[in-house]
Amino acid sequence: MGIVQRTDGSALLRDVALVCLADGIVGVSFGATAVAGGLPWWVPVAMSLLVFAGGAQIAAVGVVLAGGSPLAAVVAGGVLNTRMFPYGLAVADVVGPSTQAESNSAEAGGRTGWVRDWSARLFGAHVITDESVAFALRQTDPAVRRKAFWTCGASLFAAWNAAVAVGVVAGAMIKNTNAFGLDATFPAVMLALALPTLSEWRTRTAAGTGAAIAVALTPVLPAGLPVLAALGGLATIWRPRRRDGVGRFDADNAGGFDADGADGLLMGGEL
Amino acid sequence: MPLVAILALAGVTYGFRLAGPLCRDRISIPPAATRVFADAATVLLIALAATSALTAGHGFAGWARPAGVLVAGILAARRAPFPVVVIAAAAVTTLLRLAGVH
Repeated sequence: MGIVQRTDGSALLRDVALVCLADGIVGVSFGATAVAGGLPWWVPVAMSLLVFAGGAQIAAVGVVLAGGSPLAAVVAGGVLNTRMFPYGLAVADVVGPSTQAESNSAEAGGRTGWVRDWSARLFGAHVITDESVAFALRQTDPAVRRKAFWTCGASLFAAWNAAVAVGVVAGAMIKNTNAFGLDATFPAVMLALALPTLSEWRTRTAAGTGAAIAVALTPVLPAGLPVLAALGGLATIWRPRRRDGVGRFDADNAGGFDADGADGLLMGGEL
Repeated sequence: MPLVAILALAGVTYGFRLAGPLCRDRISIPPAATRVFADAATVLLIALAATSALTAGHGFAGWARPAGVLVAGILAARRAPFPVVVIAAAAVTTLLRLAGVH
């Protein structure tokens, strides 16, 4: 698509703004749905600050609003966020201090430099998202990669939390998730997130089987469990495989892993 | 949703996030494992989409909601912008309800 490949700062800012706008609409919907569904205002606010992962937040709140246990909500959100691990490996070079800053602080030998570097690394890890990783991986120059990652990560953190706060206020006035078709937005978001990942038949088979399991079990199982039972759909793609291709997970693999997400980012969206 | 559940999800998520930058030079994960993670996430998202579109409580959610989600899915598959997808889901569902379809 090439939108993010341009390296001048204004193009980056515009692309980041578009992503923030798209995610902002989802954030408003998330905050409004959570509060209109009966959760206290601080639940979506705290989740957005501390979890900061839209898909997992929506999944967890969706499970709870359906009457599921908090444990099922945590498991569902946690499984969705396992992808953060390969993301972190892929952008490890831009999370935290630059090598320039490292050598500077080493020269200075200062304790403040060490604290600053670690603060950057700890906050940088928190803003690893589909979007910030996609922006970073589209750049080859290390300095531009770093700028793209941090611009997107920090902007999205601010935009997401502001949008959720707006949604919380709106939801408190609505008090009914069915108003304005708000109840259709959660499943729509999750469908839109999953569609770009359904390119292979093995994944489609597993997802279709899992969805059928979950829907079929909903009338009989306590809420929250049917969705976890859907993971049984993974059995359809289980093959005893020879141990090939076991190698270090590097940035090249990560690029491939993320390519669909990066392309779908500005069009289809990722959270 | 109790605070402890939010903290647990936040802790798990941050752990996954921080592990990459900390372990980059010390760890290798097989590509096959990466694919299983990705497939598991997809299976969960589709299952969540299906159950939250079709069911309310232990029963059927009615026609308006799944119809809105279906339209959103078609738009998403055609790579419509994300705001359009979300707003279409809400708009179609609302219009159907106003028309008496529940």
